Order: sequence, then structure tokens, then C-alpha cells
Amino acid sequence: MRVGLFIPCYVDQLYPQVGIATLHLLEKYGCEVDYPADQTCCGQPMANSGFEHLTQGCNDLFIKNFSDYDYIVCPSGSCTLHIKEHLHGSHGEGDADPATSVRKKIYELVEFLTDVLKVESIEASFPHKVGLHQSCHGQRGLKLAQMTELVAPPFSKPEKLLKMVKGIELIDLTRKDECCGFGGTFCVAEEAVSVKMGKDRVADHVHHGAEYITGADMSCLMHLEGILRRQKSSIRVKHIAEILDSKG
Amino acid sequence: MSSRDKILAVIKNNQPEQRELPSLVPPAAGGSADPAKQFVEVLEAIGGRAYIVSGWERVGTILREEYTADKRIVSGCEGLGFMMGAVDDPHSLENVELAVLEAHFGVAENGACWITEDRMIERALPFITQNLALVIHKKDIVPTMQEAYQRIADAAYGFGTFIAGPSKTADIEQSLVLGAHGPRSMTVFLIDEGMSDAGFY
Amino acid sequence: MSKQDHAALADAFNKDEPRVDWHDKTLWFVREKRDKAVFKVPEWEWLRETASQIKNNVLSNLSEYLMQFEDQATRNGIIVHWAADAKEHNEIVYGLLKKHGVDKMVKSKSMLTEECHLNEFLAEQGIDVVDTDLGERVVQLAGEPPSHIVLPCIHKKKEEIGEIFHEHLGTPAGNADPQFLTHAARLHLREKFLTRKAALTGVNFAVAETGEFVVCTNEGNADMGAHLADIHIACMGIEKLIPLRKHLGVFLRLLTRSATGQPITTYSSHFRRPRPGQEMHIVLVDNGRSVQLGKKDFRNSLKCIRCAACFNTCPVYRRSGGHSYHTAVAGPIGSILSPNLDMKKYADLPFASTLCGSCSNVCPVKIDIHDQLYKWRQVIVQEGYAPVAKKMAMKTMNWVLSNPSVYHTAGKAGRWFMLNAPFTVNNGLNPWWKGRDMPEVPKESFGQWYKRNRK
Repeated sequence: MRVGLFIPCYVDQLYPQVGIATLHLLEKYGCEVDYPADQTCCGQPMANSGFEHLTQGCNDLFIKNFSDYDYIVCPSGSCTLHIKEHLHGSHGEGDADPATSVRKKIYELVEFLTDVLKVESIEASFPHKVGLHQSCHGQRGLKLAQMTELVAPPFSKPEKLLKMVKGIELIDLTRKDECCGFGGTFCVAEEAVSVKMGKDRVADHVHHGAEYITGADMSCLMHLEGILRRQKSSIRVKHIAEILDSKG
Repeated sequence: MSSRDKILAVIKNNQPEQRELPSLVPPAAGGSADPAKQFVEVLEAIGGRAYIVSGWERVGTILREEYTADKRIVSGCEGLGFMMGAVDDPHSLENVELAVLEAHFGVAENGACWITEDRMIERALPFITQNLALVIHKKDIVPTMQEAYQRIADAAYGFGTFIAGPSKTADIEQSLVLGAHGPRSMTVFLIDEGMSDAGFY
Repeated sequence: MSKQDHAALADAFNKDEPRVDWHDKTLWFVREKRDKAVFKVPEWEWLRETASQIKNNVLSNLSEYLMQFEDQATRNGIIVHWAADAKEHNEIVYGLLKKHGVDKMVKSKSMLTEECHLNEFLAEQGIDVVDTDLGERVVQLAGEPPSHIVLPCIHKKKEEIGEIFHEHLGTPAGNADPQFLTHAARLHLREKFLTRKAALTGVNFAVAETGEFVVCTNEGNADMGAHLADIHIACMGIEKLIPLRKHLGVFLRLLTRSATGQPITTYSSHFRRPRPGQEMHIVLVDNGRSVQLGKKDFRNSLKCIRCAACFNTCPVYRRSGGHSYHTAVAGPIGSILSPNLDMKKYADLPFASTLCGSCSNVCPVKIDIHDQLYKWRQVIVQEGYAPVAKKMAMKTMNWVLSNPSVYHTAGKAGRWFMLNAPFTVNNGLNPWWKGRDMPEVPKESFGQWYKRNRK
């Protein structure tokens, strides 16, 4: 199984340990992983700001880098969702568009582990109280977990994996799936609301005794971490890949 | 070209392609096993009162216990033995303390009763009265609004309404207050012909 | 952007953090009530899908249904008017009141009349309008627009309402008891109902098959007004139609549970014929709706039944308040409706969102609100309403991200500055830094690590 590793731009630059943990996990479960060196970004920051028309360069680069793998795996729900929904080649429609096959084989890390690799056990130990932040695009877009809005049976792929980790204690939250407020350029364009939303998420985790906050999107965690560090909090953020890859 | 014609022309031009109407048959048989019980529970939860009674006599007895003779009580119910005729001016109903009217049926899922103007004496009456009592038969309670409209079918009323409990508002800091502009209290009498003795819920 | 856009208004709103907490918790409470109610209905998702499909059918046959409604209503004795825009709507209403020699009117909730600024127009013509929905009356006395389409004064604390009533209704100073204040309003408005000859109501649903329309209230104010008036004027957006009477059995199950968590409003009044001796009018209003109908990406916003479930669930709305949207209908649905009315004025609204998707999933008619927010952003930028600075930043970003070598260099440079000259980023010019610390800087990127360790 040849997997192309897609590392979000800000993870590449600021949180390389998440990429390393993702690589370790995939190799642990038998994947032949390759990281195309010329990758940059999925284009979401521009597209979400209304500049989708400027993303053809990014799109073409992405298609060029990732067409030849069996699967593409990415430790980010929002980047994965963006590729799935918005990747377009510069010409061709349907099967003639090289983007089509790429969109069909890209997976976010958690769903890749549960749905494709069908992981049933994890050799990891993380004896701490952990709050799971349910990132919106992964949850409502990729269906990584049930959303509280729908009258439908509950399920959670990230929780399923985390519960396999030795010693971990998942805390409850008052608002299980409220947005953290990062939202891409929203985090600076609507700074006041963004920070307030982040502070409220942090307060929920603090209230329930979290030592760590985890999730499948480093963008959310980066935003919450910025608030935690400003508050001089002892709570740390850790991407789910890092917890699943922690020493057993 | 009138506004009407202009509007319709633009709409006709802009309408998307045809989408068919869906089936109205729900996935599974909905509703509670005991509609009357659910009706009473919901009605009480929304601030109404319910009495299950054996017949009209019992309705009259209860009302006489609660309302003194100096209060203006009007009835639209033949079964009570006194009925008000049509009025010239709805404004004259301003001082009605209690109106007792017969409704068609109740809806279990929301504690509402359906009543049309032919049973209201005046359209304003169920709203202008300080207190409202509606009488239905216990067997005439349908599970949900879907069955309600099956019962209403193509009735040619001039005005009809579902009334669920007393008038209310929570506009001030989400604090629920009963008695906004309509009646301050609302009582439903459910006549159960199967009841042998007078007894109320 | 200007001082009047959502970001600026939301920033001002957030200066009072305890108040934001209060506003947020109050509206979240309504969302929780909604959840409790809908989880009692096992077939809830089926109801949403059914309502969505009914509304899709309405949009694809809107002209036919409008003509059918007009025909049926007219046969029943209701006088039907058509208004192309807000101005025409206001003139029609004024014309009817003038004809009847009326200079005082009671009005129950109609967001359409807010959209048309009817009250101001009528005031200019010397007509006194009293809003009879308690929340609407509060904001009317306060001289403000409503901040929420279902809970008009949700942004006001009871002490503030007490002060407003003290000033305008003569209630005792300092009394903030909701029961007492509501009773004072009951007496004050009862006098209006009993003395005014004209009543205006909104319309929740109009049935094409039967020519009747339905008005839902908890307070009974629409009925108190209409049944005592000599002339009842109902105002309706053309999209509020449903095809068959029995469809009400679906919509009335969805509306109030979505709006407030109640199984149904206290009153769901079906008006089919005027009261003998009364005139009943209905004004069908376009005001941009027929144009929105032609937009493939945005026409679904016309399915809206104005329940405000999207407002209550929106984390941004809860923390910025309805007035930050500077439009009659605020919240997520307002952000996809308003740019159609005036793209320049409302260019900021589709950006007042993190695209979290909660709104689309509480919407009883399955409007793809968050997808439309994304699509409006593309249109607004293409039409030239993006600020110049943003355009430049995006062009730069595009250049960097389309060229791997530029990206690698920029990344290295950015990290160097953050590590060695943190003051260049940790300052007041950096909006991130206002409320958050910058991330720690790693010594190498993932790409560099991979090259070193794996290639």
C-alpha cells in the first residue's frame, strides 16, 4: 500500500512533530509511505477567503505531487475536506479531470486508521486526562464523529482510537462540538470573536480538568494553544497523532 | 405591465427545474401508545390543565366550583345547558372572564386542540377571554399534526386555530410568563364516555 | 474595513466580556431546548428531508403556486396585492390605511416589514404603529431594531426592559420582574387592541391549494389585533408558500421545535376568509426574491421558514449579537440573504463565520447555509468588494504556495524572524498576537527533517 503523505503547510513549518508522528503511525501499520518534497498547501486559506480563483497553481501542484499513490493521508480534517470538495484540475471534467481520482483517495489520518487500516489496537501509553476537541470540518464534513445537531446514533472515530491508548482518561465537555473560532483568516479578520470562542473552549476543558487538549486538526490546537500560553496555563495541546504514537 | 405580471415573469424565467413532491408517509409508526396520556402530559408541561370527566354535567360542576356567579362566563357548548348567541361587536366580549368552547380534537404530541370559528361564537372570543376552557372527547386525540390534517381534510372553515395551553411569552430573558395577550389560563376537559363515575384527573 | 462592518461591530460588542457570556449562554440555552425537543421525535431527520423536498418543489413551481394561491384567496374574499419591492409594499399598506381613514395600527411580528422599514415610512406619513409582540414592543420603545427574528429583545437584560417600561409605561422604577413587566405590557397593549381599527400581521405559511394563510404566535397578539380590526393586512414574502394544506402537518412539527424547543406555538391561526364585515388583504412581496430564485448557488436560501435555529446554534452570532449584522434578518441565514439585496452594503456578512457547519445541520428545511457562505465569498471577491490589502496578501500567498522553492524559503525566513527577532511578530500590528501567543518555533520544518532522516 503506497501512501503519499500530505502535511499541511503550517504543520510542516511549525509543528513538524505531528508529521513525524503521522509517518511513524502509518509505517507501524504496514504502509509504504513517501513524502513528496515539492508539496506546499491545499489552497484552503485562499479559497475560504473568497480567492478560490487564485488556487489553480496550488491545485496543479497538488495533483502533480500526489496522483501516483494508492492513498493520500493527511493529519488534518480541514485540509483533507478542502481537497475532497474543491480540488480541480485546470482542464477536463469528471474522469477526464486528474483531480477526480485524487479526491477519491485522500483520507484524513483518523479515518484512514479506522476505515482503511481498520486498526483494532494501539501500542501506546498516555496516562493523562485528555479533552478531545472535535474540529468542525473533520466532524461535520468528513463525518469523523456524530454531530450533536442531528437526531442520529452517536459514534466517534477519534474517540475509538484514543480509547485504545493505555492509561488515557477522556474527559467530558459541556459543549461537545462547538467551534474553537480559528476559521482560517477569520482568526485575524474577526479577532475579537475568534479569541472569545477560543477562550470559551479552553474554559470548558479547564472546567473538566483536562491536562491535555487533543484533536485531529493542528490549526484548532494552534489557536487554543496560543490562548493557553497567553493565560500561562499548564495545559498542553497534542495532536491525536502524537498521542497515538506515544511510547507504549 | 403591473407589478404582478413583472414579478411572475421573472419568477417563471428563474424557476429551477422540476422537483417532485415527496411522500408524506413517515418511516415508522410514530406517536405514543396512549395518545390521551401523552396529550395530558404535554398540556400540563406547557402550562395548561386537563380534566378527564365522564360527561358535560361534570364539566359544569367543576366550572361552577372555580368561577363565581359575578364573573362573566360565556359558553359555546350546547352540552352545558347554556349557550351564548352571536354578538354584534367583538369588542363587547372584553370583560369575559371565562369562555367554554367545544373543540374538534386534540393532538397528543403538542397538547393542542383544533377549533374552527363556527364553534367560537366570535373569532376574538378564545383570545380576548381572560381564561379559556375547551372540551373534547378523549377518543378524539390524534398522535401528531400529520394525523390532525388528515382529520381536517378539506374543511371549508373561514378561520380555525390550534390552541396549545395558555398564552405565554419568554421574551424577557427567557423567563416563561403565562398570560401574554391571550388567556391567562387554559383548561381542557376530556370527556371519556367509558368513565362510569364522575372523577377527574 | 469600515467602522460599520460586522468585524468592527463585533469587536465593540466583545468589549463587555461578561455581557457576551450572558448573551452566549442565553442563546445556547435556546439551542439546548431545541435539542431536547427534537430528540423526542424519532422521525425528526425524515421530517427535515420531507420539508426540504416540499420547499424544493415550491421553488420549482413558484409562479404556478402563486397564481393558484391568488385565485383561491380571491375566491374566499381576501384581496390580494403584489409589491415588487419594499417601497411598493409600504405604499400599498399606507394606501389601504388612508382609504380607511386610519392613523393608528397594531402590528404583530413580521420580519418582512422590518426588511421594508415599514414603521419608519408610516411614521413619516403620520401613522402610529404599535408593535404588539412583547419583544418587538420593547425594542420599539427603546428605538432599536430587533436583534433576533424570533426573540427580538434577547440582547436586553430584564433590568433594562424594566427601565424602558418605567419610562414609557409608568411601571415602578427598579422593577425587573418578568411576570410584573409582562402583565404591565398586557394591560398597555390590550388597550391598543381594543381601540385600533387596523391590524397588520406577518405570515408564517400560505397554502396555495386553499388560499389560506397561517400565523403562529405564543402571545395571541396577531389574533387579538386581527379579530378586533375592521381591516386586517397580512404581509408575506413570496417564498412563504406551501403547496397543500396537509403539508402544514410537516412544517408545524418542525417550526417551533427548531425555534424555541416548544412542540408548537400556543396559537397556529389559519385565516381563510375575512370576518363578516371585515376587509382582509394580503400583500405578496418580491423585494429581490425573484432574483435570488435565479441564482443556482443561492436559491435554496428561499426555503427559509424564519425559525432562527441557525442563529441560536451559531457560535459567532451568540458572541457578536444581531445588531453586528446591521441588517433586518441577521445570523447565518441573513448572511446569505442580504448580499442579494445589496452586495456592497453586506459584503462583510458571509465572512462573519468560521464555516463550522452547525447552522446547516439544525436548519429544518436543510438549507446548505455554510456552503452558500463559502460561495458568496467567491462572488463578493469576484465583484470587487474585497479590500485591497486582502487582495494583495492573497496574491502573495498564491505566489508563495504555487512555487515550492519560494515556499521553502519563505518558511525558513518566517521561522528565523519568529525565533531571532520575535518583536517583529509579537506586537500590536499583528492581530493574532492581541489575544494569543505565537506558536513556538521548531528548529526545522517537517520537510527538512524528512530530507535529513529519510531521503
